[in-house]
Amino acid sequence: MQDRPTLDELLEAVAGYLRDDVMANTSGRTNFHGRVAMNVVEMVRREIASIEDHYAREWDGLDHLLGVSPMPPHLGAVREGLLERNRQLSELIRGGDADSGDRRKEVMTHLRRTVHDKLKVSNPALANESLS
Amino acid sequence: MDRETVEAGLTKFLKERTGHEPTFTALARLSGGAGRETWSFDADIGGEKLEGIFRCDPVAGVESSAARILEFQLLKAAMDAGAIVPEPLWDGDDTFPVKFFVMRRVPGETLGGRLIRGDQYSRARELIPGQLAASLARIHGISLARHPELGALLAPAEGESPALAEVRHYEQIFRESSPDPHPVFELAFRWLYQHMPNPDERVLVHGDYRLGNFLFGEDGVRGIIDWELAHWGDPMEDIGWLAVKSWRFGGRQPMAGVGSYEDFFRAYEAAGGAKVDPDRVRFWEIFGNLKWGVITITQTGNYLTGRNKTVEMAAIGRRTAETEWELLHLLEEADA
Repeated sequence: MQDRPTLDELLEAVAGYLRDDVMANTSGRTNFHGRVAMNVVEMVRREIASIEDHYAREWDGLDHLLGVSPMPPHLGAVREGLLERNRQLSELIRGGDADSGDRRKEVMTHLRRTVHDKLKVSNPALANESLS
Repeated sequence: MDRETVEAGLTKFLKERTGHEPTFTALARLSGGAGRETWSFDADIGGEKLEGIFRCDPVAGVESSAARILEFQLLKAAMDAGAIVPEPLWDGDDTFPVKFFVMRRVPGETLGGRLIRGDQYSRARELIPGQLAASLARIHGISLARHPELGALLAPAEGESPALAEVRHYEQIFRESSPDPHPVFELAFRWLYQHMPNPDERVLVHGDYRLGNFLFGEDGVRGIIDWELAHWGDPMEDIGWLAVKSWRFGGRQPMAGVGSYEDFFRAYEAAGGAKVDPDRVRFWEIFGNLKWGVITITQTGNYLTGRNKTVEMAAIGRRTAETEWELLHLLEEADA
């Protein structure tokens, strides 16, 4: 186990530096990239805080659509597994599986949930707006 | 090109066109626009001041699209038709090794977020939807019969849906550039193939008609620019693209972030545009969101392959989800 600061606390320090030092003292391209970099660091903080929940929810949703399969214990393997399962889902959609009826509704509901989870990490303002 | 080359060439070119030796008081390359180089200049020419823009291809020998070669003619045709565009002054010759032309500079800015949020633009926000609608109706009224020089622009094959080639093109880019699956894009492509419109109308389509591609000031639209994707096709394509979520820059309204569908459609028809088909507009809006989603994947690909290692390029990959979210919303609406 590492000593403190934790991952999140370190990233908070980097984001603070980008905001209070880089952005406050630069203009033009450097200022713009400083802002983008700060947003990326904040995104990474949100992703670290939510990744296990989001992976589990996406895996569950795909269990419901594709049949149950055990989720691997390691995060890296979960990502590979999710990619493979999303490839399966994509093939089904291309074959017309989600063209109509209850199946279409189920697929849309699942995708709405997973894309909303993505947005909560990448663009929380938009994610919140879409709830209201 | 470097500044000296541009200044030397422009001096010769402007002298030939006006009969006076120009003196430059300003000449600088503007940022942005990956496709072409844009230079802004102030010159004294025989006692008259010219504020101009010099547009050119970046490198000689690179194959140029028909719309790029014809950008000067497009501006001219649009101005003759009554659309709000910068005044095209002279088409280029062989002064430079690349294709170029000169137009009058229009004062104003282009950044979408500034229009949506700027206090000074409250009146502009009211005026712009109607101005965009009227200019678009006039652009769509430009006929091949009166402008045979525009015959070289891309056009759909006889009898073929103008949308089909576009959808196929972006599907191919998606399949080639995205190793990772995107089930929402699969849903969208499938829906588009199942709802492919095939109208008889063929008009001049601007091809990139959106907030960000026109200059504006406190009095609204001052000049529609970036004509390099112009082609012949369905007039509803431009209307649907103007409504794409990313081009609202946070604005609450669908059309360029500042206008409602209904008002825009009415203003377009009132200005002489064809009757708007809302279903076809929705088709093109769905296609537009999908197209931008595919572009975010290709752009971030520039980072992943090492062509452009900036943090900006890296971050674009995380914007794909925004287009997926909007697509789900539009597809659910279309299902209802």
